[in-house]
Amino acid sequence: MTALLVLLGGAIGAPTRYLVDVVVQSRHDSVLPWGTISVNVAGSLLLGLVAGLTYVSDAPTWALTLVGTGFCGALTTFSTFSYETVRLAEAGRWRAATGNVVISLVLGLVAVAIGWELGTL
Amino acid sequence: METDSDVELAVRPAPHPWLVLREHAHLVPMISLGGALGALGRWGLAQAMPHPAGAWAWATLWTNLGGAFLLGLLMSCVLTVWAHTRYVRPLLGVGVLGGFTTFSTAELDTRGLVAAGHPGEALAYVATSVALGLVAIMLGLGLGSALLRRGRPRRVTP
Repeated sequence: MTALLVLLGGAIGAPTRYLVDVVVQSRHDSVLPWGTISVNVAGSLLLGLVAGLTYVSDAPTWALTLVGTGFCGALTTFSTFSYETVRLAEAGRWRAATGNVVISLVLGLVAVAIGWELGTL
Repeated sequence: METDSDVELAVRPAPHPWLVLREHAHLVPMISLGGALGALGRWGLAQAMPHPAGAWAWATLWTNLGGAFLLGLLMSCVLTVWAHTRYVRPLLGVGVLGGFTTFSTAELDTRGLVAAGHPGEALAYVATSVALGLVAIMLGLGLGSALLRRGRPRRVTP
């Protein structure tokens, strides 16, 4: 049963990431991968919220499995984040590569903390 | 005001989001299938390597590093010998490896370390994840291109 929830969340999260990415990437000229940054930050906010809710309340753990492990896990991506950073560095765009790492990590951590605080209110 | 926005549009006409979505919608089933399998793999690994709250999440770290290495390997093929394929990257790259690796869980793990009073460990966890993630990508890319070079038939020079 748990495995099915993970499968379902992943089946929705991964294409959501792709579609958000292509739309965001079509709407800016920056070399920074704002599409990946967007999904990673949004997914971190949602995961913090769901994890916080499950921590303080009797929210069912299946919700955390479906939304947290399945959906948020697949919505966000570490491999593409790393790959895009390497590509920027290979192109000699060191500032953008560093900026991508700092922006992603800082915004992601702030987002997960805000989500957690909202969930545990 | 209006003239300015017209000029801006003439320089770079961004397609309507709906058009972008329609253009990419046909890839959704492949990405969805891959994402489901990737997420299942990540969950399985997390079940096999549980970690107490406020401790290093080794499962997340190994998942992300392994997924980054495999993405590097995959991309070295997708950018060369598999450049003509339509569904390899959506299925395996965007789907399986994108669904397997996770950014949000790593950030939640980091928050947990900070909240448990281990900010130093949180910093070390983040730095390790990112630094080794970049190394993993480069190792994957490097191994991929090395394998492709070996696999290519040697050209006979007259």
